[in-house]
Amino acid sequence: MSLVFAGVCSHAPGITGREDRAPKELRDGLYAGYERMREDLWATKPDALIVLAAEHFANFFMDNMPPFALGMGDAYDGPIEDVDWLRIPKRTVRGDAALSQKLIKQVLQTVDVAYCEEWKFDHGIMVPLHFLDPDNRLTIIPGNINCQGPPLTPLHRAWALGEALRQAADSVPQRIALVGTGGISHWPATPDSGRIDEAWDRDFLDRWTRNDKAALLSYTDEQTYAEAGQGGFEIRTFIATAAAAGGQGKVGFYAPIPIYAVGCTTATMEIA
Amino acid sequence: MSLYYLSKLMFDLNRDEAVKARFAEDASRVVGNYALTEEERGAVLDGDIGLLYVLGVNGQLLMHYAALLGVEWSDYLQRMRDGVKQHGPVRAGIYALTTSPDEKVAG
Repeated sequence: MSLVFAGVCSHAPGITGREDRAPKELRDGLYAGYERMREDLWATKPDALIVLAAEHFANFFMDNMPPFALGMGDAYDGPIEDVDWLRIPKRTVRGDAALSQKLIKQVLQTVDVAYCEEWKFDHGIMVPLHFLDPDNRLTIIPGNINCQGPPLTPLHRAWALGEALRQAADSVPQRIALVGTGGISHWPATPDSGRIDEAWDRDFLDRWTRNDKAALLSYTDEQTYAEAGQGGFEIRTFIATAAAAGGQGKVGFYAPIPIYAVGCTTATMEIA
Repeated sequence: MSLYYLSKLMFDLNRDEAVKARFAEDASRVVGNYALTEEERGAVLDGDIGLLYVLGVNGQLLMHYAALLGVEWSDYLQRMRDGVKQHGPVRAGIYALTTSPDEKVAG
């Protein structure tokens, strides 16, 4: 039928794995933000949810790194991480290979995307699903943008992917939801983990909520790395989601939570 | 090019249960399948998180390797800082330290 929902959220593994080490009011605020996002998502009655993530070498490596990938399986497993470390139980997620094929065929009209009949979910997808689909009932289609192994996917191509996903979603009879996952400024998995530039994040979210294409695409990777860390490269998933949605965004929750290593964010965007 | 294979080893260990099992059984044999320098080989076999960090292993790989070795989060962060103190700045990649080795940010 069409794209029926668009949103973005953080996926940092500390959000679940180090849940109890954050101040309680921040933890509770974030968890409530995810809960509101879950309600908004489910209210749109999606037939499938595309989770567009910035994965961390669970599937893709520098031997053959796709700038973009979409899942084309009937089932996916995750999390790849140690269950006690991430504190998310293993699950098999339902996919829909036939629907994936239709979407991928359409996306390929304008954007070269790799397709994957196998895909192991890491925290980039599992943390959002833990909150947005706690009972493992949704049909999931994973997507990925290379935000880890330079040369990275250019921002304007992330925008193009978002537009292509929108066209693809609008071309199938199913109701499609889209959630982009990642961080804004952060320095994850380094000794600087916990460094967050709140002003940088708020400026980015301002551009994102206004859906200001020119402002969103004006960052260079050098600037992002210097000001927002290697974690900042994940803004690509937020940018693609904005391109797909086309409307104005609304931040549901934002707060820097250093022990979670990121400015924790949930936000939705109107479909226009 | 060696850093690529060092990273590949971490990648394989993180995602492949069979490689994990072989590594637990005979680490040096698994490591022998990758074209590593002596320093890289030693860092893996010693579980030297600090040196692996300095050698430039992407943090997203190293974080999970540390978890595989049972290194607790705060200890993981400290070991990377200690590595920089001992071996000098991170030599490659995009996960360099941006604060002082003596600084503690969070965790």
